[in-house]
Amino acid sequence: MVTVKDLAKMEDLLLKGNAACAGCPIGVALRTTLKALGRKTIMFVPACCTSVVQGIGPGAAISVPLFNTAFETAASVASGAAAAAEILGKDVTILAWAGDGGTYDIGLQAISGAAERGDNVLYICYNNQMYSNTGIQRSGATPLGAWTTTTWTGKTEHMKDMGMILIAHRVPYVAATSVGYPDDIYEKVKKAKEKKGFRYIDILAPCPPGWRFPSDMTIRLGRLAIETGFWLLYEYEDGELRFNGYTKLVAEGKREFKPVEEFLRLQDRFRHLFEPKRRDDILEEIQRWIKERFEWYLSLAKI
Amino acid sequence: MSGRRVIIDTGNSAVAYAVKDAEVKVIAAYPITPQTTIVEKIAQFIEYGQMDAKMIRVESEHSAMAAIIGSEAMGVRSFTATSSHGLALMHEMLWYASNARLPVVMAVANRTMGPPWNIWADWGDAMADRDIGWIMSWAANNQEVYDFTLISYRVAEDKRIVLPAMVNLEAFVLTHTSMPFEICGEETREYLPEYDPVWKLDPDDPIIMGNLFSPADTMKLRWDMWESMERAKKVIAEAIREYNERFNRNYEGLIKTYKMDDADYAILSMGTIGEEAEVATDVLREEGLKVGTVRINFFRPFPREDIIKTLNGVSKVIIFERSSSIGASGQIMQDLGQSLLLEKMQLDVNDVFIGIGGTDVSYEDIVNVVKKAIKGDLAPLYWYGSEGW
Repeated sequence: MVTVKDLAKMEDLLLKGNAACAGCPIGVALRTTLKALGRKTIMFVPACCTSVVQGIGPGAAISVPLFNTAFETAASVASGAAAAAEILGKDVTILAWAGDGGTYDIGLQAISGAAERGDNVLYICYNNQMYSNTGIQRSGATPLGAWTTTTWTGKTEHMKDMGMILIAHRVPYVAATSVGYPDDIYEKVKKAKEKKGFRYIDILAPCPPGWRFPSDMTIRLGRLAIETGFWLLYEYEDGELRFNGYTKLVAEGKREFKPVEEFLRLQDRFRHLFEPKRRDDILEEIQRWIKERFEWYLSLAKI
Repeated sequence: MSGRRVIIDTGNSAVAYAVKDAEVKVIAAYPITPQTTIVEKIAQFIEYGQMDAKMIRVESEHSAMAAIIGSEAMGVRSFTATSSHGLALMHEMLWYASNARLPVVMAVANRTMGPPWNIWADWGDAMADRDIGWIMSWAANNQEVYDFTLISYRVAEDKRIVLPAMVNLEAFVLTHTSMPFEICGEETREYLPEYDPVWKLDPDDPIIMGNLFSPADTMKLRWDMWESMERAKKVIAEAIREYNERFNRNYEGLIKTYKMDDADYAILSMGTIGEEAEVATDVLREEGLKVGTVRINFFRPFPREDIIKTLNGVSKVIIFERSSSIGASGQIMQDLGQSLLLEKMQLDVNDVFIGIGGTDVSYEDIVNVVKKAIKGDLAPLYWYGSEGW
């Protein structure tokens, strides 16, 4: 298992001087992903924060070839590129790199098509649970109760379970990870790289301006999401679902999930659940949803 | 089976043969009537080992265009085909192809947009995409369908141009109608060299395509596209000349003129209506009317200079259009209008909407309208047959 210290020594393909906000989870997610994939990688990026983070043309802060594409087309453009790579006999990783809006919502059809066809694409969603590049609007990945600029009193629905949608496609590899654990991101990307066919990784990406927390707390929230069961670390591989890290410890009965309030309280997107009046109805529903979702995963998993 | 030979087949087959002879390597497509038999035939070529290419059977036309943008960006010659609503769904990605300077080629089986549900010929689907920076040709027969597809690849990939190209063929009138045409087989290689892209996605030479640009830099990029499209007039003419010499054809250029040398009256049209107008021209000539026909083969770039030159000395132009820009006029009329203004020329013009929604257009229809127009009995903007509606 790689350590964070090992990661620091590896070649950086996301360069300094990129246009990310302070504390941006892309800094961790993309940097680690490119360390795992190396230079023989071609990126396909739809409209998302990475469109901005890469910097203003003609310069660029990403050292692998990259095609910026339309919102709903990360998977479909990558499908074409994968076909071309096969024709050319090129040994490259075709990486579709998209946010949750481009993945859970507008890009879902193209992802389903590419997954069903088994196109040789590694699709990574860095998931900050909203449309952040357009200014914090609700997406299918936004959790219940979260404030966004299109859900001022809190979202009234739970997030969509994209990982399960991909598992239902029976693709070779599906994983969920979190910016709180760069070593876990690295190992999962590395494993996905060695597989053929359509592979999907969902990286939970706590966003300081979007989730409303100080920019030095990105990693802490990325860990708390896991420790509370709000997000799960898992891999679906060769038809089997397995947990990793803290999630695995909970599944094995060695740890318990912390109360979700510990995670929610640190983010002002949930502040209205605590003040001026405590919203026990919503807090209990989130806690219930975490339990129910974990039980669902447990019922499918090999422990 | 590999050299030049004449076959009898449909317009859609002509497209498929051209794609095979062009050695296209990636095809992505989605079914839609009346395009479908193009990709059916290509799938057959590939699966039966007659063509070395990869076909992506995508889940929508939007993904079809997106996928060939991905493959072309990798430096691989790519193709798709669609029609009507499929083209409309692709609209967003057509901009990505042209603005990213990816010289893909697409066949469009021109079909009416619904509602009502209508699968028959209409130019309106493609006309909605005329301002995007795609080279656009309109074929009048299956030979032109085949030839224009090859010429499109040659021009689109030319390093002076580097823009995508759309080959239009009308629904059923061409797509599903058999007629003889000659295919070039392996001789195509001499005309169409291996694709050598001006840019591609390559880890050995990484570039980023399409990140945030300033307004001023973006304007320069658009200007460059403009210049390339203007230049395409010359490059298309060159490509056609070489095609004529190599394969023994006699295309005139971006337009085709018929009996225009001494014409007092000109019919201006495109596609199969433009060819039918030649028959009408003969009939009208027999009645002593000095009529000629101008048929637009390439609508983008618009062959303004060629058209103005041939119309010099004509007293009246009657335009026949299988689409309308509702609330304005026909699209050919608009482009003729800008041509006349730019050349400081005045002409008496009738714009006739005919064949809309796939109604049949015979030479008799054209003869009737032209006679009325010459007598001065026709409204400047006239819907054929509308008197009884």
